[in-house]
Amino acid sequence: MKRILLSVAALAGAAAFFAFSNAPIAEAAQAQGDVARGQAAFERIGCWACHGHQGQGGSTGPKIAPNPLAFPAFSGFVRTTSGEMPPFTARVLPDQDLRDIHAFLMSVPAAPAVATIPLLQ
Amino acid sequence: MSGSDKQPRIERRQFLKGAAAAGPALAAASLVSPQAAQAAQTPAGAAAPATMAVREQHPPGTGQPLAPGYVVGGDHMTDCLRALDIEYVASCPGSTFRGFQESIINYGGNKKPEFLTALHEDSSVHFAMGYAKITGKPMAAMIHGVVGVQHASMAIYNAFGDQVPVYIIAGNLLSEWGRRPGAEAAHSSTDQAQMVRDYIKWDEQPTTLRDFSNAAARCYEAAVSGAPGPVMLTADADMQEEAIHEDHKADLRLPKIGRRIPASADSGTVQELATMLCNAENPVLSLDRYGNNDKSIPLMVELAEALQAPVIDTRGRMNFPNRHPLNVSDIGGPYLRNADVVLAVEPRDLFGMVMALDDEDVRTPRPRIGQNTKVVRLGISHTSQKPNYGGSQRYAPADLDIQADAQGTMPALIEAVKRMAKPNFAARGERIANQTKNLLERAKAEAAYGWDASPISTARLCAEIWDQIKNEEYTVPTETNFLSSWPQRLWVMDKYYNFLGRSGGWGVGYNSAAAIGAALANKPHGRVTVALAGDGDFMMAPGVIWTAAHHQIPILFVIHNNRGYHQETMHLQRMANRRNRAVTTADIGTTIKDPNMDFAMMAKSMGVYSEGPVSNPVDLRPAIQRALAVVKRGEPAVLDIVAQPR
Ligand code: HEC
Ligand SMILES: Cc1ncc(C[n+]2csc(CCOP(=O)(O)OP(=O)(O)O)c2C)c(N)n1
Ligand SMILES: [Mg+2]
Repeated sequence: MKRILLSVAALAGAAAFFAFSNAPIAEAAQAQGDVARGQAAFERIGCWACHGHQGQGGSTGPKIAPNPLAFPAFSGFVRTTSGEMPPFTARVLPDQDLRDIHAFLMSVPAAPAVATIPLLQ
Repeated sequence: MSGSDKQPRIERRQFLKGAAAAGPALAAASLVSPQAAQAAQTPAGAAAPATMAVREQHPPGTGQPLAPGYVVGGDHMTDCLRALDIEYVASCPGSTFRGFQESIINYGGNKKPEFLTALHEDSSVHFAMGYAKITGKPMAAMIHGVVGVQHASMAIYNAFGDQVPVYIIAGNLLSEWGRRPGAEAAHSSTDQAQMVRDYIKWDEQPTTLRDFSNAAARCYEAAVSGAPGPVMLTADADMQEEAIHEDHKADLRLPKIGRRIPASADSGTVQELATMLCNAENPVLSLDRYGNNDKSIPLMVELAEALQAPVIDTRGRMNFPNRHPLNVSDIGGPYLRNADVVLAVEPRDLFGMVMALDDEDVRTPRPRIGQNTKVVRLGISHTSQKPNYGGSQRYAPADLDIQADAQGTMPALIEAVKRMAKPNFAARGERIANQTKNLLERAKAEAAYGWDASPISTARLCAEIWDQIKNEEYTVPTETNFLSSWPQRLWVMDKYYNFLGRSGGWGVGYNSAAAIGAALANKPHGRVTVALAGDGDFMMAPGVIWTAAHHQIPILFVIHNNRGYHQETMHLQRMANRRNRAVTTADIGTTIKDPNMDFAMMAKSMGVYSEGPVSNPVDLRPAIQRALAVVKRGEPAVLDIVAQPR
């Protein structure tokens, strides 16, 4: 239910994002993100504070990695959310940084299978 | 001295044989030598004053022992504490209670009560909170006049908010006559309880020794009756040091504590409630300050099973077994929304139970319950509320408000529900069990994310600890929400002492200190106490681990070191974002790094076994193992774990 609401918000956000960005910036934003720069931005810009240093989530923010939302939904959400997560506009989080952050989250390896962790048996 | 001044002085000593005889004799008495005072006590000296302030009787430096046959006020006060079954006095010393302290040690033999050295008054009160949550009994916190009260005030506020009985004894120097300029004057007050009166249940400042036991008893009764809480008994220093002849000790009666039976609801009301619950299609039990002793949980399990109703534990206490199939605490939202009857059990704040407010730009209360949900409040936890401080949120009405002790009402309610139980309850229970059966698996799957991360994930930290204590009787005396509640999600918690709820007033500094008091209470039971304290919380009162070392209180003290007041980092981040400006500065004023704290070194400096910083998860297991070995020897051990923020 919550997830559905988020996706609606994300789509709306994505639409707004594409509507207002001019073509060159959109192209740049679509360029491959850089994982290392993304990790640095994730730390610098404060995503880690609520989502954990690996995007694993916790009591404040949900898990956002591995397997983050696809970029349009991801960026739409980050730009326009107005709930417990505050929005990050392009003014404080440039498009390229957001791209890089997404690349970093994409790069987070899958969690080990629970069955392979003795402590969780 | 004016005539009106004189009256109370006579009154103060009136109970002593012959003392009422004459004011002039009293006035003289304060000037006579010890020898003369002794002579006055011979049978022939019937009209002579029986006592005088010890400080007058024994001027400093004379080395004059207490005259034979005399005891002092502090001795009587010690007897009073013993009569009230108070085992410990947690205290950072102060001269306003030196007479009392000396009595506890040399008259009472430092046994029941025994002195517990604290390094801050706030810690003394928090120790008492942790101890009371395990034992159900108040510990005394003895605090210095004025300044001690000021230091202790936040912890007192926590105790009030959390409804924990704490017996605060504050020193004071009531009489201006004998106060020395400087500290003694500064640490005296006409009405020092006024500083904390908004968040204590009762206070007394007896003005004669004869009144002391009465005041002590009333404070005690207030602390433990109804919704429990802190009380303050001011013990005047003159009175502590005042000498009394043995012959007159009998006039000083001791307080007596009888059996207390909490108020339970009458049979008609119980029947009405049982009918509501049994006729409901979707009843929900929501529990707050309920689980206080070893009977609480078994009774609630019986009720929930009789109804086959879902249970939400809001974790104000340990209220319901975390792995019970009817425990829906982590998925409670839909149950509340669909409920036709919610039984709110011992809620301190009913509003918070039935309404939510998110931290959003525009704040709109969001009902957690449905439009037609009937709310029944069963309990007395809201009855100690006072104006001024916002311990409970907005007013929320209950459709039926049963002002009776929930646990006391439980046996009759269970009986009534069992009599009316319907065959379709079982199907409801199965549906709930179906929804809860995967919670543990889900938690484990989530715990796997960031499993090998450094800083160490809070899930990994909690799983590693659990692996080594799972066969022990244990207590987590600290809040767990900053650890994403992993203990509740991964461990087995089913005893009231497995978890002790929260601080009550959200005052940071509670966790580390309350943990020590809980560990002290656990010591005779051989339970392992595992504190999971934030680095910020710990730095509010790091001296608490010295107290643990000094008094050989075993505790595994794990510091969740996220190098900051992380809660505030997130707040600052939100503010910057909402204002759409520099979002990279949330660490300013909120982090505790540059330089990093070395908690292990700090612990060592206080004689406490310690390891850390541990930031590689593979180092956790051996570190915990070694620390637990120390704890098993009866000592504290500190682990500094550099961990993820939540
Ligand atoms: C102050 C805390 C906070 C910060 C900082 C924060 N988030 Fe969030 N984030 C949240 C919360 C809370 C949610 C859940 C939102 C909700 O339920 O409405 C969330 C949700 C999300 C989601 C949606 C996840 C999903 O699966 O639906 C994404 C994507 C996300 N955050 C990315 C980010 C990124 C990228 C940053 C940094 C630029 C960031 N967040 C910073 C708190 C935060
Ligand atoms: C006495 C007091 N001061 C300040 C606060 C505000 N505050 C709430 S949580 C928090 C952070 C506590 O730090 P820590 O225990 O390390 O927990 P963390 O949030 O870092 O996990 C602070 C300062 C408070 N609640 N009480
Ligand atoms: Mg911290």
